[in-house]
Amino acid sequence: MIEVKNLHKGFGDVNVLKGITATFKPGKTNLIIGQSGSGKTVFLKSLIGLHTPEEGTISFDGRINTKFTANEKQQWRQEIGMVFQGSALFDSQTVEDNVMFPLKMFTKQSHKEMLDRVNFVLDRVNLKNSNKKLPAELSGGMQKRVAIARAIVMNPKYLFCDEPNSGLDPQTAIVIDNLIQEITDEYNITTVINTHDMNSVMEIGEKIVFLKDGRKAWEGSSEEIFKTDNEAVVSFVYSSNLFKKVREAYLKETK
Amino acid sequence: MNYIEHIGKYFLMLSRVFRKPQRSKVFYEAFLKEIEDLGLKSLGIIMFISFFIGGVIALQTALNLENPFIPKSLVGFAAKRSIILEFAPTFCSIILAGKVGSYITSSIGTMRVTEQIDALEVMGINSLNYLVLPKVLSTVFFYPFLILLAMFLGVFGGWVAGMVSGLFTGADYIEGIQLDFKPFLITYAIIKTLVFAFLIATVPSYHGYYVKGGSIAVGRASTQSVVWTTILIVIANYFLTQMLLT
Repeated sequence: MIEVKNLHKGFGDVNVLKGITATFKPGKTNLIIGQSGSGKTVFLKSLIGLHTPEEGTISFDGRINTKFTANEKQQWRQEIGMVFQGSALFDSQTVEDNVMFPLKMFTKQSHKEMLDRVNFVLDRVNLKNSNKKLPAELSGGMQKRVAIARAIVMNPKYLFCDEPNSGLDPQTAIVIDNLIQEITDEYNITTVINTHDMNSVMEIGEKIVFLKDGRKAWEGSSEEIFKTDNEAVVSFVYSSNLFKKVREAYLKETK
Repeated sequence: MNYIEHIGKYFLMLSRVFRKPQRSKVFYEAFLKEIEDLGLKSLGIIMFISFFIGGVIALQTALNLENPFIPKSLVGFAAKRSIILEFAPTFCSIILAGKVGSYITSSIGTMRVTEQIDALEVMGINSLNYLVLPKVLSTVFFYPFLILLAMFLGVFGGWVAGMVSGLFTGADYIEGIQLDFKPFLITYAIIKTLVFAFLIATVPSYHGYYVKGGSIAVGRASTQSVVWTTILIVIANYFLTQMLLT
């Protein structure tokens, strides 16, 4: 379980995160949602240690990440997989080298062992015959698959995804969402996804944390989000007519 | 941010660069790749410029020494001194600052704005050590050879210019090259080259690594890095000359 207590983070005079307390369920798909500028990315980057909080704690299964020794931090880093918004693939390396990179850096496996593992994860994300291609030769959806493959190649305990379906067409976005959901269930990973895609919220959100102006405004499951009368959540999630109708239908059905 | 803050941040960056590589095999591969990217790919431009500038130096010296009381061997002597002391180490380093410096800043800067550096950090990799150390060691290792080649081709270009123009004979030119030859001058040029190579790798890396924004910021950082590397080379050149030759 990932537990966040009273997290504060700012840049200069601007306070971005203003005392967030939240928990992310182990082995589940947890979502962080909120409007642009609500602090989602800063929150996610604080969780993975790219930003150091000014106040508050983040603990991973009881281990507080700001209190790690250098060795513990190194160990913890290898328990983390991260899928960045723009995929962040190393553009001078082939797909195979990108996915193999963490193995090369942190394991003592032979080249054949590493290659077998790379082929296994690429196969798992349904990406075949692309080993020797460069990231620039792939579509956005394929790049996301490579990023997911790289993130899971070390068998992480925690998977973080920053807007994994941004820039993708709706069909590919659903495929990527489902892939993350399947991988989460299959490997019992604690997954945290940062998104403002309502399809993701409805489809894969087992636990949802809603941020507004750097504060947690609501927390619950995807079913609870239909029933909530929290004003901030309702105005954000049901801003489109389509989702309004979906909600109305759901409430009607469950009455 | 003021200059003092930049200088402090630069030295803090260096303290993270000079650590033991996390995986020596990966480092060795990166080192060889940087020798190719930063060194071998600069061979052509350095060879071309050295040959022709050497020719121009010899021609201009010859044209300005028309007094019959001045021996023609002085052309070779002056060309050799100009090429070994200044042209090869300093002028070529400034050319490399432009060519290689902008490449380093834009490649690292692009990695920064596309979150590739964040990806390295999340994996637990010291990104500065991984990205910058191979560049520093490859330039410091390879540029002395490049500059020695520039010296040779510059002097050779002067000889060819004399042969083609007929302004001085080959024998006079070679006599001038051999005249009062001091091996320390080569050492002096190599010492300068090592310092310049370090600046060419680290200053653009600094500008690229700490870039903020998007593609325009990367372009601006590339320009700034070339300007600052050139300024620092010129300043370092002055102090090294004073320390080593006076």
